[in-house]
Amino acid sequence: MGLSPRLDRQEVSHGGEPWMVTRLDMLVNWSRANSLWPMPFGTACCAIEFMASAANKFDLARFGMERMSFSPRQADVLICAGRVPFKLAPVLRRIWQQMPQPKWAISMGACASSGNGIFDNYAVVQGIDTIIPVDVYVPGCPPRPEGLIYGIMLLQKKIMNERSKDETLRREMEPDPRSQLYIPPPMIDELSENFGNSVHQKRSGL
Amino acid sequence: MTASAPFTPVIAGSASQATPASPKNVPHRGGTPNPAADAIARQFAGAVTRVDVVWGETSVIVDRARLLEIVRWLHDDPAQQYDLLSDVTAVEFRDPELPIEVVWHLRSLPHRRFLRLKVLLEQGTSLSVPSVWSVYKGADWLERECFDMFGITFEGHPDLRRILMWEGYKEGYPLRKDFPVRGRFSRSEQLRQALSANPEARYSMEELSIAQAYEDLPDEMRKRLATGEQVGE
Repeated sequence: MGLSPRLDRQEVSHGGEPWMVTRLDMLVNWSRANSLWPMPFGTACCAIEFMASAANKFDLARFGMERMSFSPRQADVLICAGRVPFKLAPVLRRIWQQMPQPKWAISMGACASSGNGIFDNYAVVQGIDTIIPVDVYVPGCPPRPEGLIYGIMLLQKKIMNERSKDETLRREMEPDPRSQLYIPPPMIDELSENFGNSVHQKRSGL
Repeated sequence: MTASAPFTPVIAGSASQATPASPKNVPHRGGTPNPAADAIARQFAGAVTRVDVVWGETSVIVDRARLLEIVRWLHDDPAQQYDLLSDVTAVEFRDPELPIEVVWHLRSLPHRRFLRLKVLLEQGTSLSVPSVWSVYKGADWLERECFDMFGITFEGHPDLRRILMWEGYKEGYPLRKDFPVRGRFSRSEQLRQALSANPEARYSMEELSIAQAYEDLPDEMRKRLATGEQVGE
Protein backbone atom coordinates (compact mmCIF):
# COMPACT_ATOMS: atom_id res chain seq x y z
CA MET A 1 0.00 0.00 0.00
CA GLY A 2 1.62 3.20 -1.09
CA LEU A 3 0.68 6.80 -1.41
CA SER A 4 -1.89 6.99 -4.12
CA PRO A 5 -1.25 9.61 -6.75
CA ARG A 6 -3.23 12.75 -6.14
CA LEU A 7 -3.74 15.93 -8.01
CA ASP A 8 -1.94 18.02 -5.45
CA ARG A 9 1.17 15.86 -5.46
CA GLN A 10 4.12 17.13 -7.40
CA GLU A 11 7.42 15.49 -8.08
CA VAL A 12 10.34 17.76 -8.62
CA SER A 13 13.91 16.85 -9.23
CA HIS A 14 16.39 18.61 -6.99
CA GLY A 15 19.99 17.72 -7.50
CA GLY A 16 19.17 14.26 -8.66
CA GLU A 17 17.26 13.34 -5.47
CA PRO A 18 13.55 12.69 -5.91
CA TRP A 19 11.26 14.97 -3.92
CA MET A 20 7.68 14.67 -3.13
CA VAL A 21 5.36 17.43 -2.02
CA THR A 22 2.05 16.56 -0.41
CA ARG A 23 -0.37 17.89 2.14
CA LEU A 24 0.50 17.07 5.72
CA ASP A 25 -3.12 16.06 6.25
CA MET A 26 -2.80 13.43 3.60
CA LEU A 27 0.31 11.94 5.17
CA VAL A 28 -1.17 11.99 8.66
CA ASN A 29 -4.46 10.52 7.55
CA TRP A 30 -2.73 7.86 5.53
CA SER A 31 -0.66 6.74 8.46
CA ARG A 32 -3.63 6.84 10.81
CA ALA A 33 -5.92 4.94 8.50
CA ASN A 34 -3.41 2.19 7.95
CA SER A 35 -2.37 1.61 11.52
CA LEU A 36 -5.71 1.46 13.33
CA TRP A 37 -5.36 -0.44 16.55
CA PRO A 38 -8.70 -1.87 17.54
CA MET A 39 -10.03 -2.09 21.06
CA PRO A 40 -12.34 -5.12 20.91
CA PHE A 41 -15.38 -4.76 23.13
CA GLY A 42 -16.99 -8.11 22.49
CA THR A 43 -20.07 -9.04 24.47
CA ALA A 44 -21.88 -11.61 22.34
CA CYS A 45 -21.83 -13.67 19.16
CA CYS A 46 -20.56 -10.73 17.09
CA ALA A 47 -17.31 -11.12 19.01
CA ILE A 48 -16.94 -14.60 17.52
CA GLU A 49 -17.20 -13.14 14.05
CA PHE A 50 -14.78 -10.44 15.08
CA MET A 51 -12.32 -13.12 16.18
CA ALA A 52 -12.78 -14.81 12.83
CA SER A 53 -12.02 -11.51 11.13
CA ALA A 54 -8.85 -11.15 13.13
CA ALA A 55 -7.73 -14.73 12.55
CA ASN A 56 -5.65 -15.92 9.66
CA LYS A 57 -8.30 -16.44 6.98
CA PHE A 58 -9.66 -12.90 6.93
CA ASP A 59 -6.64 -11.36 8.63
CA LEU A 60 -7.35 -7.87 9.87
CA ALA A 61 -3.60 -7.32 9.94
CA ARG A 62 -3.82 -6.62 6.21
CA PHE A 63 -5.57 -3.38 7.12
CA GLY A 64 -3.00 -2.28 9.65
CA MET A 65 -4.82 -3.79 12.60
CA GLU A 66 -1.85 -5.88 13.47
CA ARG A 67 -2.24 -5.44 17.18
CA MET A 68 -5.39 -5.98 19.20
CA SER A 69 -5.22 -3.41 21.91
CA PHE A 70 -6.79 -4.79 25.03
CA SER A 71 -6.04 -1.55 26.82
CA PRO A 72 -8.14 1.41 25.72
CA ARG A 73 -5.19 3.71 26.30
CA GLN A 74 -3.28 2.29 23.35
CA ALA A 75 -6.25 1.94 21.02
CA ASP A 76 -7.53 3.96 18.08
CA VAL A 77 -10.82 2.36 17.18
CA LEU A 78 -13.38 0.86 19.52
CA ILE A 79 -15.19 -2.08 17.96
CA CYS A 80 -18.30 -2.80 19.97
CA ALA A 81 -19.33 -6.32 18.98
CA GLY A 82 -22.52 -7.46 20.60
CA ARG A 83 -25.38 -6.25 22.73
CA VAL A 84 -24.66 -3.89 25.58
CA PRO A 85 -26.84 -4.21 28.67
CA PHE A 86 -27.55 -1.17 30.77
CA LYS A 87 -25.27 -2.53 33.44
CA LEU A 88 -22.39 -2.36 30.97
CA ALA A 89 -23.26 1.14 29.73
CA PRO A 90 -21.05 3.00 32.23
CA VAL A 91 -18.22 0.56 31.47
CA LEU A 92 -18.43 1.21 27.73
CA ARG A 93 -18.60 4.95 28.38
CA ARG A 94 -15.55 4.75 30.65
CA ILE A 95 -13.56 2.76 28.08
CA TRP A 96 -14.42 5.31 25.41
CA GLN A 97 -13.33 8.15 27.65
CA GLN A 98 -10.06 6.38 28.39
CA MET A 99 -9.14 6.16 24.71
CA PRO A 100 -6.89 9.01 23.57
CA GLN A 101 -7.66 11.13 20.54
CA PRO A 102 -7.74 10.49 17.64
CA LYS A 103 -10.32 7.76 18.14
CA TRP A 104 -13.16 6.22 16.24
CA ALA A 105 -15.91 3.75 17.02
CA ILE A 106 -17.42 0.94 15.00
CA SER A 107 -20.75 -0.46 16.11
CA MET A 108 -20.71 -4.04 14.92
CA GLY A 109 -23.95 -5.90 14.48
CA ALA A 110 -27.63 -5.11 14.88
CA CYS A 111 -27.64 -5.25 18.69
CA ALA A 112 -24.91 -2.68 19.18
CA SER A 113 -26.37 -0.48 16.45
CA SER A 114 -30.03 -0.55 17.37
CA GLY A 115 -30.87 -3.11 20.03
CA ASN A 116 -31.90 -5.59 17.35
CA GLY A 117 -35.62 -5.60 18.07
CA ILE A 118 -35.53 -8.98 19.77
CA PHE A 119 -33.60 -7.38 22.62
CA ASP A 120 -36.08 -4.54 22.99
CA ASN A 121 -36.40 -5.21 26.70
CA TYR A 122 -35.67 -3.70 30.08
CA ALA A 123 -32.01 -4.67 30.16
CA VAL A 124 -30.45 -3.81 26.80
CA VAL A 125 -29.25 -0.45 25.50
CA GLN A 126 -31.05 0.36 22.26
CA GLY A 127 -28.01 1.30 20.23
CA ILE A 128 -24.65 2.32 21.64
CA ASP A 129 -24.91 5.65 19.85
CA THR A 130 -26.92 6.73 22.87
CA ILE A 131 -23.76 6.26 24.97
CA ILE A 132 -20.82 7.07 22.70
CA PRO A 133 -20.46 8.67 19.26
CA VAL A 134 -20.26 6.03 16.53
CA ASP A 135 -18.52 6.41 13.16
CA VAL A 136 -19.50 3.26 11.29
CA TYR A 137 -22.44 0.93 11.80
CA VAL A 138 -22.05 -2.60 10.49
CA PRO A 139 -25.39 -4.33 9.96
CA GLY A 140 -25.90 -8.05 10.37
CA CYS A 141 -26.83 -10.54 13.02
CA PRO A 142 -23.95 -11.19 13.31
CA PRO A 143 -22.19 -9.62 10.30
CA ARG A 144 -19.82 -11.83 8.40
CA PRO A 145 -16.12 -10.95 8.56
CA GLU A 146 -16.43 -9.46 5.09
CA GLY A 147 -19.06 -7.11 6.47
CA LEU A 148 -16.81 -5.98 9.28
CA ILE A 149 -13.89 -5.56 6.91
CA TYR A 150 -16.07 -3.44 4.65
CA GLY A 151 -16.99 -1.31 7.66
CA ILE A 152 -13.33 -0.92 8.52
CA MET A 153 -12.55 0.11 4.96
CA LEU A 154 -15.35 2.68 5.14
CA LEU A 155 -13.79 4.00 8.32
CA GLN A 156 -10.43 4.20 6.59
CA LYS A 157 -12.06 6.18 3.81
CA LYS A 158 -13.56 8.49 6.38
CA ILE A 159 -10.20 8.98 8.03
CA MET A 160 -8.56 9.76 4.70
CA ASN A 161 -11.01 12.61 4.23
CA GLU A 162 -10.38 14.25 7.59
CA ARG A 163 -8.91 17.74 7.73
CA SER A 164 -6.75 18.77 10.65
CA LYS A 165 -8.15 22.30 10.24
CA ASP A 166 -11.54 20.97 11.32
CA GLU A 167 -11.44 21.51 15.06
CA THR A 168 -14.71 19.76 15.71
CA LEU A 169 -13.23 16.42 14.68
CA ARG A 170 -11.01 15.91 17.69
CA ARG A 171 -13.27 17.59 20.19
CA GLU A 172 -14.09 15.28 23.06
CA MET A 173 -17.83 15.03 23.55
CA GLU A 174 -18.49 15.99 27.13
CA PRO A 175 -21.64 14.48 28.56
CA ASP A 176 -23.95 16.68 30.56
CA PRO A 177 -22.46 16.51 34.06
CA ARG A 178 -25.85 16.20 35.72
CA SER A 179 -27.45 13.49 33.61
CA GLN A 180 -24.29 11.96 32.07
CA LEU A 181 -26.05 12.01 28.71
CA TYR A 182 -24.51 13.71 25.72
CA ILE A 183 -27.61 13.84 23.59
CA PRO A 184 -30.94 15.21 24.81
CA PRO A 185 -33.28 12.68 26.45
CA PRO A 186 -36.12 13.08 23.89
CA MET A 187 -33.68 12.16 21.15
CA ILE A 188 -32.62 9.05 23.08
CA ASP A 189 -36.25 8.06 23.44
CA GLU A 190 -36.72 8.54 19.73
CA LEU A 191 -33.58 6.60 18.85
CA SER A 192 -34.71 3.77 21.12
CA GLU A 193 -38.13 3.53 19.55
CA ASN A 194 -38.99 0.31 17.88
CA PHE A 195 -38.54 0.35 14.18
CA GLY A 196 -39.16 -1.83 11.19
CA ASN A 197 -42.20 -3.76 10.21
CA SER A 198 -42.71 -5.47 13.54
CA VAL A 199 -44.27 -2.44 15.23
CA HIS A 200 -45.73 0.04 12.82
CA GLN A 201 -46.96 -2.44 10.29
CA LYS A 202 -50.70 -2.77 9.97
CA ARG A 203 -51.90 -6.11 8.78
CA SER A 204 -53.76 -5.78 5.52
CA GLY A 205 -57.35 -6.91 5.62
CA LEU A 206 -57.58 -7.02 9.40
CA MET B 1 -34.48 -42.77 61.79
CA THR B 2 -32.25 -44.61 59.37
CA ALA B 3 -29.13 -43.05 60.74
CA SER B 4 -27.30 -46.37 60.99
CA ALA B 5 -28.26 -47.67 57.56
CA PRO B 6 -25.10 -48.54 55.63
CA PHE B 7 -24.62 -46.69 52.44
CA THR B 8 -24.42 -48.80 49.30
CA PRO B 9 -23.36 -46.91 46.22
CA VAL B 10 -25.21 -47.50 42.98
CA ILE B 11 -22.90 -48.98 40.39
CA ALA B 12 -23.54 -48.25 36.76
CA GLY B 13 -25.04 -51.20 34.92
CA SER B 14 -26.35 -52.87 38.03
CA ALA B 15 -29.31 -50.62 38.61
CA SER B 16 -32.38 -52.34 39.96
CA GLN B 17 -34.58 -50.81 37.29
CA ALA B 18 -34.84 -53.33 34.46
CA THR B 19 -35.63 -50.86 31.70
CA PRO B 20 -34.09 -47.43 31.78
CA ALA B 21 -36.49 -44.54 32.11
CA SER B 22 -37.31 -43.00 28.78
CA PRO B 23 -40.12 -40.73 27.61
CA LYS B 24 -41.94 -43.81 26.32
CA ASN B 25 -42.23 -45.74 29.57
CA VAL B 26 -42.57 -42.82 32.00
CA PRO B 27 -46.13 -41.60 32.45
CA HIS B 28 -46.86 -37.91 32.16
CA ARG B 29 -48.56 -37.78 35.55
CA GLY B 30 -48.70 -40.18 38.41
CA GLY B 31 -45.51 -42.13 38.09
CA THR B 32 -43.61 -43.66 40.96
CA PRO B 33 -42.82 -40.91 43.40
CA ASN B 34 -39.37 -40.37 44.78
CA PRO B 35 -39.10 -42.29 48.10
CA ALA B 36 -38.02 -39.04 49.71
CA ALA B 37 -41.58 -37.73 49.34
CA ASP B 38 -42.95 -40.37 51.70
CA ALA B 39 -39.98 -40.03 53.98
CA ILE B 40 -40.56 -36.29 54.35
CA ALA B 41 -44.25 -36.87 55.06
CA ARG B 42 -43.35 -39.39 57.76
CA GLN B 43 -40.59 -37.34 59.29
CA PHE B 44 -42.36 -34.00 59.23
CA ALA B 45 -46.01 -34.65 59.94
CA GLY B 46 -48.28 -32.05 58.39
CA ALA B 47 -45.54 -30.26 56.52
CA VAL B 48 -46.30 -31.75 53.11
CA THR B 49 -49.22 -30.17 51.29
CA ARG B 50 -49.12 -32.13 48.07
CA VAL B 51 -46.89 -34.44 46.05
CA ASP B 52 -46.86 -34.16 42.26
CA VAL B 53 -45.15 -36.62 39.95
CA VAL B 54 -44.75 -35.23 36.45
CA TRP B 55 -42.71 -37.11 33.87
CA GLY B 56 -41.19 -39.18 36.62
CA GLU B 57 -39.97 -36.17 38.57
CA THR B 58 -41.31 -35.62 42.04
CA SER B 59 -42.34 -32.23 43.35
CA VAL B 60 -43.07 -31.97 47.05
CA ILE B 61 -45.02 -28.90 48.09
CA VAL B 62 -44.06 -28.17 51.67
CA ASP B 63 -44.89 -25.72 54.39
CA ARG B 64 -42.89 -22.52 54.30
CA ALA B 65 -42.14 -22.51 58.02
CA ARG B 66 -40.61 -25.99 57.97
CA LEU B 67 -38.67 -25.74 54.73
CA LEU B 68 -35.28 -25.16 56.27
CA GLU B 69 -35.42 -28.17 58.60
CA ILE B 70 -36.70 -30.37 55.76
CA VAL B 71 -33.82 -29.30 53.54
CA ARG B 72 -31.33 -29.79 56.33
CA TRP B 73 -32.71 -33.26 57.03
CA LEU B 74 -32.62 -34.19 53.33
CA HIS B 75 -29.01 -33.10 53.23
CA ASP B 76 -27.89 -34.81 56.44
CA ASP B 77 -29.92 -38.02 56.56
CA PRO B 78 -27.84 -40.98 55.32
CA ALA B 79 -30.83 -42.48 53.53
CA GLN B 80 -31.44 -39.27 51.59
CA GLN B 81 -28.09 -37.55 51.05
CA TYR B 82 -29.32 -34.71 48.86
CA ASP B 83 -25.89 -33.19 48.58
CA LEU B 84 -26.33 -30.92 45.58
CA LEU B 85 -28.56 -27.89 45.23
CA SER B 86 -28.98 -27.42 41.48
CA ASP B 87 -31.23 -24.43 41.40
CA VAL B 88 -33.35 -22.02 43.36
CA THR B 89 -35.94 -20.21 41.33
CA ALA B 90 -39.52 -19.05 41.37
CA VAL B 91 -42.59 -19.29 39.15
CA GLU B 92 -45.30 -16.73 38.81
CA PHE B 93 -48.36 -17.67 36.82
CA ARG B 94 -50.39 -15.47 34.54
CA ASP B 95 -53.48 -16.19 36.57
CA PRO B 96 -53.30 -13.70 39.45
CA GLU B 97 -55.15 -16.05 41.80
CA LEU B 98 -52.47 -18.70 41.61
CA PRO B 99 -49.72 -18.41 44.20
CA ILE B 100 -46.09 -17.74 43.39
CA GLU B 101 -44.03 -20.90 43.68
CA VAL B 102 -40.48 -20.89 44.98
CA VAL B 103 -38.69 -23.98 43.72
CA TRP B 104 -35.61 -25.79 45.02
CA HIS B 105 -34.00 -28.44 42.85
CA LEU B 106 -32.17 -30.97 44.96
CA ARG B 107 -30.06 -33.81 43.68
CA SER B 108 -28.65 -36.77 45.51
CA LEU B 109 -25.49 -37.81 43.74
CA PRO B 110 -24.96 -41.08 45.70
CA HIS B 111 -28.55 -42.26 45.19
CA ARG B 112 -29.01 -40.69 41.77
CA ARG B 113 -32.24 -39.07 42.75
CA PHE B 114 -33.81 -35.80 41.90
CA LEU B 115 -36.26 -34.00 44.13
CA ARG B 116 -38.09 -30.74 43.66
CA LEU B 117 -39.28 -28.84 46.67
CA LYS B 118 -41.85 -26.09 46.34
CA VAL B 119 -43.24 -23.48 48.66
CA LEU B 120 -46.40 -21.65 47.66
CA LEU B 121 -46.61 -17.96 48.44
CA GLU B 122 -50.02 -16.37 48.13
CA GLN B 123 -50.14 -13.19 46.06
CA GLY B 124 -50.37 -10.13 48.23
CA THR B 125 -48.59 -11.64 51.19
CA SER B 126 -45.00 -10.87 52.07
CA LEU B 127 -42.84 -12.84 49.67
CA SER B 128 -40.30 -14.33 52.00
CA VAL B 129 -38.96 -17.83 52.51
CA PRO B 130 -36.14 -19.15 54.65
CA SER B 131 -32.70 -19.20 53.08
CA VAL B 132 -30.97 -22.55 52.70
CA TRP B 133 -27.57 -20.91 52.62
CA SER B 134 -26.72 -22.46 55.98
CA VAL B 135 -27.06 -25.92 54.38
CA TYR B 136 -25.81 -25.29 50.86
CA LYS B 137 -23.27 -22.51 50.43
CA GLY B 138 -24.00 -22.62 46.72
CA ALA B 139 -27.42 -21.14 47.43
CA ASP B 140 -25.81 -17.74 47.86
CA TRP B 141 -25.92 -16.52 44.28
CA LEU B 142 -28.98 -18.57 43.35
CA GLU B 143 -31.01 -16.87 46.04
CA ARG B 144 -29.61 -13.50 45.09
CA GLU B 145 -30.71 -14.07 41.52
CA CYS B 146 -34.17 -15.12 42.65
CA PHE B 147 -34.39 -12.03 44.82
CA ASP B 148 -33.21 -9.84 41.96
CA MET B 149 -35.67 -11.19 39.42
CA PHE B 150 -38.74 -11.94 41.58
CA GLY B 151 -38.28 -9.88 44.72
CA ILE B 152 -38.50 -12.85 47.04
CA THR B 153 -36.74 -12.26 50.33
CA PHE B 154 -34.65 -15.13 51.64
CA GLU B 155 -34.51 -14.81 55.40
CA GLY B 156 -31.08 -15.62 56.77
CA HIS B 157 -29.16 -14.95 53.57
CA PRO B 158 -25.85 -13.31 54.50
CA ASP B 159 -25.72 -10.80 51.66
CA LEU B 160 -29.05 -10.48 49.88
CA ARG B 161 -28.66 -7.88 47.14
CA ARG B 162 -29.10 -7.68 43.42
CA ILE B 163 -26.81 -9.78 41.27
CA LEU B 164 -27.87 -9.39 37.62
CA MET B 165 -29.27 -5.89 37.64
CA TRP B 166 -27.04 -3.20 39.06
CA GLU B 167 -27.34 -1.98 42.60
CA GLY B 168 -29.77 0.83 42.96
CA TYR B 169 -31.96 -0.47 40.14
CA LYS B 170 -35.26 1.22 40.82
CA GLU B 171 -37.70 -0.35 38.40
CA GLY B 172 -38.63 -3.42 40.39
CA TYR B 173 -38.32 -7.10 39.69
CA PRO B 174 -38.09 -7.90 35.97
CA LEU B 175 -39.49 -11.43 35.88
CA ARG B 176 -42.69 -10.58 37.69
CA LYS B 177 -45.80 -10.64 35.58
CA ASP B 178 -46.69 -7.02 36.31
CA PHE B 179 -43.33 -5.86 34.97
CA PRO B 180 -43.51 -4.37 31.45
CA VAL B 181 -40.99 -5.99 29.14
CA ARG B 182 -39.32 -2.69 28.29
CA GLY B 183 -39.09 -1.59 31.88
CA ARG B 184 -41.06 1.03 33.74
CA PHE B 185 -39.03 4.11 32.85
CA SER B 186 -38.35 5.75 29.52
CA ARG B 187 -35.20 4.75 27.67
CA SER B 188 -33.48 8.04 28.42
CA GLU B 189 -34.26 7.73 32.12
CA GLN B 190 -33.02 4.15 32.14
CA LEU B 191 -29.83 5.22 30.43
CA ARG B 192 -29.39 8.17 32.77
CA GLN B 193 -29.70 5.94 35.80
CA ALA B 194 -27.38 3.31 34.34
CA LEU B 195 -24.70 5.84 33.40
CA SER B 196 -24.79 7.49 36.78
CA ALA B 197 -23.53 4.26 38.34
CA ASN B 198 -19.83 4.09 39.10
CA PRO B 199 -18.66 1.02 37.18
CA GLU B 200 -15.90 0.30 39.65
CA ALA B 201 -17.74 0.68 42.94
CA ARG B 202 -19.77 -2.46 43.04
CA TYR B 203 -17.50 -4.95 44.74
CA SER B 204 -17.73 -5.69 48.42
CA MET B 205 -14.58 -6.21 50.44
CA GLU B 206 -15.19 -9.93 50.53
CA GLU B 207 -15.40 -10.21 46.77
CA LEU B 208 -12.00 -8.65 46.32
CA SER B 209 -10.46 -10.69 49.18
CA ILE B 210 -9.31 -7.45 50.66
CA ALA B 211 -10.52 -8.55 54.04
CA GLN B 212 -7.74 -11.12 54.30
CA ALA B 213 -5.11 -8.75 53.00
CA TYR B 214 -6.30 -5.87 55.15
CA GLU B 215 -3.18 -5.75 57.30
CA ASP B 216 -0.89 -5.51 54.27
CA LEU B 217 -2.75 -2.63 52.67
CA PRO B 218 -1.32 0.87 52.63
CA ASP B 219 -2.46 3.12 55.45
CA GLU B 220 -4.38 5.40 53.17
CA MET B 221 -6.45 2.58 51.71
CA ARG B 222 -7.10 1.08 55.12
CA LYS B 223 -8.43 4.43 56.23
CA ARG B 224 -10.70 4.58 53.23
CA LEU B 225 -12.05 1.09 53.83
CA ALA B 226 -12.58 1.80 57.51
CA THR B 227 -14.83 4.70 56.66
CA GLY B 228 -17.00 2.35 54.62
CA GLU B 229 -15.93 3.72 51.26
CA GLN B 230 -16.23 1.22 48.46
CA VAL B 231 -13.37 0.20 46.25
CA GLY B 232 -12.90 2.35 43.19
CA GLU B 233 -12.91 6.00 42.45
